[in-house]
Amino acid sequence: MPRLNGERRHRIAFTLDGKPVSGEAEPRLLLSDFLRHVIGETGTHVGCEQGICGACTVEIDGRPSRSCLTLAVQVEGAEIRTVAGLAAGPETLCVLQEAFRARHGLQCGFCTGGILVSLNALFRDKPEASEAEIREVLSGHLCRCTGYVSIMEAALAAQKRLSGKTHA
Amino acid sequence: MKPPRFDYFAPQSSAEALAALAEEGGEAFILAGGQSLLPLLTMRLARPRLLIDIMRIEEWREIRLEGGAIRIGAGVRQAELESFPGLARHQPLLALALPFVGHPQTRSRGTVCGSIAFADPSAELPLALLALEGQVHLRSRQRARSLAAADFFTGTMASARAEDEVIEAVSFPVAGEGCGYAFREVTRRGGDFAIAAFAAFVDERSARLGVGGVADRPFLRFMPRPGTKDLDEALDAFAFDLEAREDLHASARYRRELVRRLGRLALEEAERCRA
Ligand SMILES: Cc1cc2nc3c(=O)[nH]c(=O)nc-3n(C[C@@H](O)[C@H](O)[C@H](O)COP(=O)(O)OP(=O)(O)OC[C@H]3O[C@@H](n4cnc5c(N)ncnc54)[C@H](O)[C@@H]3O)c2cc1C
Ligand code: FES
Ligand code: FES
Repeated sequence: MPRLNGERRHRIAFTLDGKPVSGEAEPRLLLSDFLRHVIGETGTHVGCEQGICGACTVEIDGRPSRSCLTLAVQVEGAEIRTVAGLAAGPETLCVLQEAFRARHGLQCGFCTGGILVSLNALFRDKPEASEAEIREVLSGHLCRCTGYVSIMEAALAAQKRLSGKTHA
Repeated sequence: MKPPRFDYFAPQSSAEALAALAEEGGEAFILAGGQSLLPLLTMRLARPRLLIDIMRIEEWREIRLEGGAIRIGAGVRQAELESFPGLARHQPLLALALPFVGHPQTRSRGTVCGSIAFADPSAELPLALLALEGQVHLRSRQRARSLAAADFFTGTMASARAEDEVIEAVSFPVAGEGCGYAFREVTRRGGDFAIAAFAAFVDERSARLGVGGVADRPFLRFMPRPGTKDLDEALDAFAFDLEAREDLHASARYRRELVRRLGRLALEEAERCRA
């Protein structure tokens, strides 16, 4: 890639939830804003824009990461997964989402997308994750509504259902 | 807020990166994991003309065991080091300290060398590098040099790195026979920067204590062996000599008390692990 001029927009292409996407971005455009404003995928939320709250968490090449601490130009050619790709279709929920609904793992839902992305990766890569490991992953997310107890319950319920099943 | 405008360059070779850095003088910043730089940009505390993204440079993406040390290239992410096979055996202190560096969602991007370059006084990896007496390998277009960790860190977010230099790699000595290690820290919440952090390293002849988060940079001192009666006095002297910082999170007095208590616990734990 040549040096990209900061005053201009440049074409960026990557894989989003399994499908190729592309759009134009100035070098300074954050991945979170690229997803929301250029692609129009608003499942990824933006809270603090400083890496602290976790609302903007997406998977970049298989690892949950802050999309607000990543430039769109950095993910050229990468594989991005967001909360929008978790369920098989618009009318269905994945096991994790179902558990969050059943156990009141969310109230306003602002933090939820990021949390689901992190937990989905954890249970895929480490199905036997301990409660302490689940808590460590959740420590990367702030929720101002639930007080975390119901989130933890939902996570454990989902893990139980997922064990022995193949994971979406 | 949103970052100010800058050019972006993601070279594939170190030669291109070093040339760009030399040509722009202080106007170019290295972009590694971005976990400290991006917040500075969005808050507009930094206004570089150019970001040089070094993460596409294959030659810098390697972790290597060589000459009794683990050498970690500039492009190695913290999560990659965490999952390096046998890390806890090669160097237990690294395996102990890494989980305290931010969150899994920041370690996935943040690099080891980026944390050393950032030189935050509370950061865990600079403390571990100092406690183990590791090396920082610097390279510019003109020259290469290696500095001992103690000579590299010079103050709050300040280091001996020149504007045209990149930290090409850092090396942490591997664990020797009969060595024990411990890491402790105090934070308000998991994943926060440490109010005070402690890295203890005990071998057959000596005991060492590194302290982060208390002074303007991490400091290391030889200590009496745990179990000997001079330890209390030595910890007390260390606590005062660090000239503890005072901030929103903790008073200087509280930090001194942490040095006395957690410093002792860390040394005792390292001594137990030696067996
Ligand atoms: C929510 C949150 C919590 C965090 N908690 C902690 C914590 O508890 N402890 C902790 O230590 N850190 C913490 N961090 C910071 C840590 O995640 C960063 O990874 C680290 O400080 C910088 O590494 P980086 O690769 O992200 O560097 P970048 O952000 O890319 O760069 C940081 C600075 O170093 C320079 N730089 C980077 N690499 C090099 C190089 N190879 N040579 C020369 N200069 C270079 C850059 O120009 C920049 O000035 C936290 C970050 C966030 C967002
Ligand atoms: S918006 Fe990215 S972490 Fe808060
Ligand atoms: S459900 Fe409202 S912030 Fe978490």
